[in-house]
Amino acid sequence: MKEFNIYLTGVGGQGIGLLSQTLLRGADHAGLKVIGVDTHGLAQRGGVVVSRIRCGSHVFSPLTLSHTCDLVLGMEIHEALRGMNTAMKQGGALVYMDLSWQPLPVRLNQSPEITAEDIVGACRQFDARCIEVKPKGLPDARMQNMALVGTVAKHGLIPGVSKSDYAKALEDLLKGEMLTRNLDVFNRYAG
Amino acid sequence: MKKLGELLVQEDSFEEILMGNQALVRAMVETKTLVVTSYPGSPTPEIATAIMDIPEAHTPFYFEFSVNEKVATEVAFGAALNGNLSCVFFKSVGLNVALDSFVQLGLLNIIGGMVVVVVDDPGANSSQNEQDNRNIYRMAKAIVLEPASPKEAYEYYKVAARLAAAQKTIVVLRLTTHVCHARQKISFAGYKQDKGYKTDFDTKNGPYIPLTVLALEMKRLALKRTAPVLSFIRESGLNRVKTRSDSRGKGIITSGLTWLSVLDALEQAAYRPNILKLGFTNPLDPEVILDFLKANEQVLILEELDDILENQIKAMAYDQGLSTVIIGKTDDTDFIGEFTPDKTFDKILNTWPEMMPAQDKNKAQKFPLLAVPERPAQMCPGCGHRSAFFAVKQALKKNDVTVADIGCHTLGYMPPYEVGQVLLCMGASPGIASGLSLNNTQKKVVAFLGDSTFFHAGLPGVINTIFNHHNITLIIMENGTTAMTGHQDHAGRSINIETLLKGLGIEQILTCDTYNQERLTDHVKTALGTQGISVVIARHPCMLKFTRSQQKKQGYVRKHISIDPSTCTRIHACVEKFGCPSFVRNPDQSVGVNMDLCIGDGSCRPSCPEQALGFERKEE
Repeated sequence: MKEFNIYLTGVGGQGIGLLSQTLLRGADHAGLKVIGVDTHGLAQRGGVVVSRIRCGSHVFSPLTLSHTCDLVLGMEIHEALRGMNTAMKQGGALVYMDLSWQPLPVRLNQSPEITAEDIVGACRQFDARCIEVKPKGLPDARMQNMALVGTVAKHGLIPGVSKSDYAKALEDLLKGEMLTRNLDVFNRYAG
Repeated sequence: MKKLGELLVQEDSFEEILMGNQALVRAMVETKTLVVTSYPGSPTPEIATAIMDIPEAHTPFYFEFSVNEKVATEVAFGAALNGNLSCVFFKSVGLNVALDSFVQLGLLNIIGGMVVVVVDDPGANSSQNEQDNRNIYRMAKAIVLEPASPKEAYEYYKVAARLAAAQKTIVVLRLTTHVCHARQKISFAGYKQDKGYKTDFDTKNGPYIPLTVLALEMKRLALKRTAPVLSFIRESGLNRVKTRSDSRGKGIITSGLTWLSVLDALEQAAYRPNILKLGFTNPLDPEVILDFLKANEQVLILEELDDILENQIKAMAYDQGLSTVIIGKTDDTDFIGEFTPDKTFDKILNTWPEMMPAQDKNKAQKFPLLAVPERPAQMCPGCGHRSAFFAVKQALKKNDVTVADIGCHTLGYMPPYEVGQVLLCMGASPGIASGLSLNNTQKKVVAFLGDSTFFHAGLPGVINTIFNHHNITLIIMENGTTAMTGHQDHAGRSINIETLLKGLGIEQILTCDTYNQERLTDHVKTALGTQGISVVIARHPCMLKFTRSQQKKQGYVRKHISIDPSTCTRIHACVEKFGCPSFVRNPDQSVGVNMDLCIGDGSCRPSCPEQALGFERKEE
């Protein structure tokens, strides 16, 4: 593989860090050359978190050229659209969590909230595959990231990386009950 | 994978995916760095997190969070004078705090050697500016290494340690934000643990007292070091030239992460220029640079922030009478922000249009994109600062002036609170407020200061208000931790701020928990009516830290706020004025609660005049 770029985004506190590390390690287990970087600034305080992962033999910087990402993952609906606006490649794929953590201008009634229709419209513009993930029934909001990893695994969205690669990545990163609970969610969404 | 801390001190070699910040710690371990100090600041905190993950029984070196970057530098320097290899690390603007001590270090014979890790923040991701500290390194006669990736951060630290010990000096490892936070697989070498702390300080190794004639003598000795340092640089091979047979006389000089941006941008190039990648950016090695200039007809210098390489390289070319065309920064935007792959692509395209493909990389942007509302950082659900701002605002008059400081509470400047109208840097608020208060009888002046910042650099400003009889109200936003950078410890663990202020002779000190809003408003009113300095300590533990620790306990019951629809009159005080991010504005203008965010702290309840906010319990 020459180049496969992933753009992950969400709100501080949603667990983008673990999501990103799981995909990075999964790709490594699959034998891909891989590099990643998190950009979080003041994200711990409810700001935007962005992470990028780049796989392949012809990638250098962990940062990506705009609109070159094959896969955009959004943990939250506003951030999913913002991520597409920055990173989505024509003909790429979006996986997003259908939930809203309203940004300040929405709560202050200064801006309309982004809706699922907006996302579908943007995917049409980018000719991108659109996969929506429902967070319903998750035991803990902190495991929403595992629903996304599971969905990526189910659809084989990162070429060459299999379900067992992601599972191995999780075993690297988590231990004990945390591992069991996260693997449960992963397996449920990976199908 | 082993626990990170165990891995970092494992004596056998290994291969692992680590972040730049974590890889540095392994380099400290392998090089037998024996004393490490720091003051927390993004993007460096993960270095300390990794150090603190090491099991106590295997601690490879002494580590401390000092009270500020200057003290941290001094502690590391003192330890190195004893013959121990030491390291201090901090963020870009931390160097401003450390500067008075730092500028001396390059003049001294530091027998153990000292590595100074400073992380510049191009793009100001988490800093109040994007200052280019390379300006300072030239003045301070400091040797500088610039890694481009986590792998290089690990390798270059080891080179820096070797050079620092050999030349008995300081070596700066200049990182940037995305080098610290990148992750990649790295092969780490093995080592043998050996903690031989030394106490070999001896004035014979001096001079160490830089007065009058000696100060000049020390500078002479420091300048003498240039020749051996340059031969070390040449032997290291870290200034690397990659030549291409199809370069058409074009060359690029670059360093750090920008080098990787260049490689990415050139993936699409019709032909490839020669590249000189500088690992050492101070002192510059004229030999490799002049050879490169002579070998190319046109040379483009790609560097983030200031034109440090450009000016020096142009001067070298001028002295040698070279005719090579040297292209550096051409407009203001070249001085601003990161040299991302996009920016680097555009810069190369604008310089050599025939080298880069027709601009189709922005094809996707040819249709209009739907605007997404901004998401500024904000205070967390339950944050005691929110309650404080809400209560303080009730006590302030419209024209009163509020001075912000660095910390989570800086975010009070944003709507809906808009408290905090001017900000400089760590600990500046008491001083700024004092200046604003001079000859000012109409407006009250209020300064905000966090507890970690109080100790870091706030205290001299506070003492100045007493000494010079300034008329300000100081509000200490005390949350018991260094919250902004991830909950590091600070001096407040050993020193009680209230007792300290009393000891300084401040008479009006009023303290209360910020959740007690009525009382806090009264306290601020009383303080504002006091002549001279008055202090309000607005106290509440960091709720992010507190909630995390609660969630780990057995039988933790999570509470939520619920809104009673029969009482709610949709005046939106909770969502618009109190502004906790847990509140949701529904399309029909009713208000809801985001259950993922609400921690059920109840701090919002006083904000509703209709008393529509109550508790709802949920078993976890």
